[in-house]
Amino acid sequence: MSRIVVVGASAAGLTAAEALRREGYGGRLTLVGDEPHLPYDRPPLSKQVLRGSWTPDRTALRRADHLDGLGARWLLGRTAAGLDAAARTVTLVDGEVLGYDGLVVATGVTPRSLPRGHELAGVHVLRTLDDALALREGLLTAASVVIVGAGFLGSEAAAVATELGADVTLVDPLAAPMIRQLGPLVGDMAARLHTGHGVRVRTRTGVRRLAGEDGRVVGVVLDDGSHVPADLVLVAIGSTPSVGWLTGSGLALGDGVECDELCRAAPGVVAAGDVASWHHPGLGRLRVEHRMNATEQGTAAALTLLGGGRPFAPVPYFWTDQYDVKIQAYGLTGQEATFRVVAGDPAEGRFAGLYGRAGRVVGALGWNMPREARTLRRHVTETTPWPQVMTPAGG
Amino acid sequence: MKVILDQDKCVGSGQCVLVAPEVFDQRDEDGIAVLLDPDPPAGRHAETREAARLCPALAIELADS
Repeated sequence: MSRIVVVGASAAGLTAAEALRREGYGGRLTLVGDEPHLPYDRPPLSKQVLRGSWTPDRTALRRADHLDGLGARWLLGRTAAGLDAAARTVTLVDGEVLGYDGLVVATGVTPRSLPRGHELAGVHVLRTLDDALALREGLLTAASVVIVGAGFLGSEAAAVATELGADVTLVDPLAAPMIRQLGPLVGDMAARLHTGHGVRVRTRTGVRRLAGEDGRVVGVVLDDGSHVPADLVLVAIGSTPSVGWLTGSGLALGDGVECDELCRAAPGVVAAGDVASWHHPGLGRLRVEHRMNATEQGTAAALTLLGGGRPFAPVPYFWTDQYDVKIQAYGLTGQEATFRVVAGDPAEGRFAGLYGRAGRVVGALGWNMPREARTLRRHVTETTPWPQVMTPAGG
Repeated sequence: MKVILDQDKCVGSGQCVLVAPEVFDQRDEDGIAVLLDPDPPAGRHAETREAARLCPALAIELADS
């Protein structure tokens, strides 16, 4: 193998490139990134960068001298337009054709949009550094803010917008913030957390449309017909895998690029990070949009490309920081599992618990109890029987 | 090997403690990582490098001592 192309120059793509070099790959290495920036970290965008406690340069994933040491060709601000997996070529929007022996697909995800209204001034999405800086600038002068979507991103942004002094309404069609990711009990805690900080939490309510005047957003019309005034709207309703450029490539595209246990999508093609859907040996088909997965899967995919891959079977991990609350979660923590507190006390704002499904522990969570959450993680790796951890002696 | 930990960047994931428990620990109250051994012996270099690679907040830097 003497020519490897990595499409996507964020955490997963960069980690894959580093792993290739670390494992002794000495051939040509090309990284293609559609943003003009050198690789940067996304989790701080909705926290420190939005709050203004970090300048954008602190999000750099690596120092420039480290990147030089990779001996790679960087094609930044360049977008992939197509893949021919049979001919093993990637074509860029500007017409350049890159031949490869090995390809890493790490193109991430694209924020979902509402059907209409994004052309109005004051309507934002949040995925890139440029998005975050534009949103911050808007928040500094906005008096009333509506955040559409109470997942992690929307909830984190609601916390920062409130800290910056805005009057915030958080809207979601589901019953509680982050309920899809954390289940109803933790979701209700999150609703109380935000309400306690002055956020109006409007759950079980969709958005009918955005209202504009003279090209500027002035509010949001909810499903029940009520009008919530806003001079800034953040649309945070999830993301879709960025696979448009792979249409007709021959790769299997479902919820992202479909890979096997080794992160292989086709001969000579692997995928990693937010865009990759792979067969987890223990958990079945998964696509994980979390920071930790980008690092772990970037490494795994690189090893596969070099012939030394193993089935990729991580314990999914994520964290979120909102106000003074740090949530850490391992494994599967969604609403299809049952949650039980095993340490601390929700009433005191510090607790840790386990998620069970089909008689086994599948997830662990800490709410301002990171150490305990890490300790509980072993029940996830060992898939401890649920009744065992639910007895007083089993915790 | 010299280990530099940026506690301001740390998000308390504890990944470093999972792979290198002799080198890192976590504070009880907020989970922020603490350095147990800023100059780990050669036998722990591999796991320390792994910790730095895995840290989702890029809070661990390694330098040759």
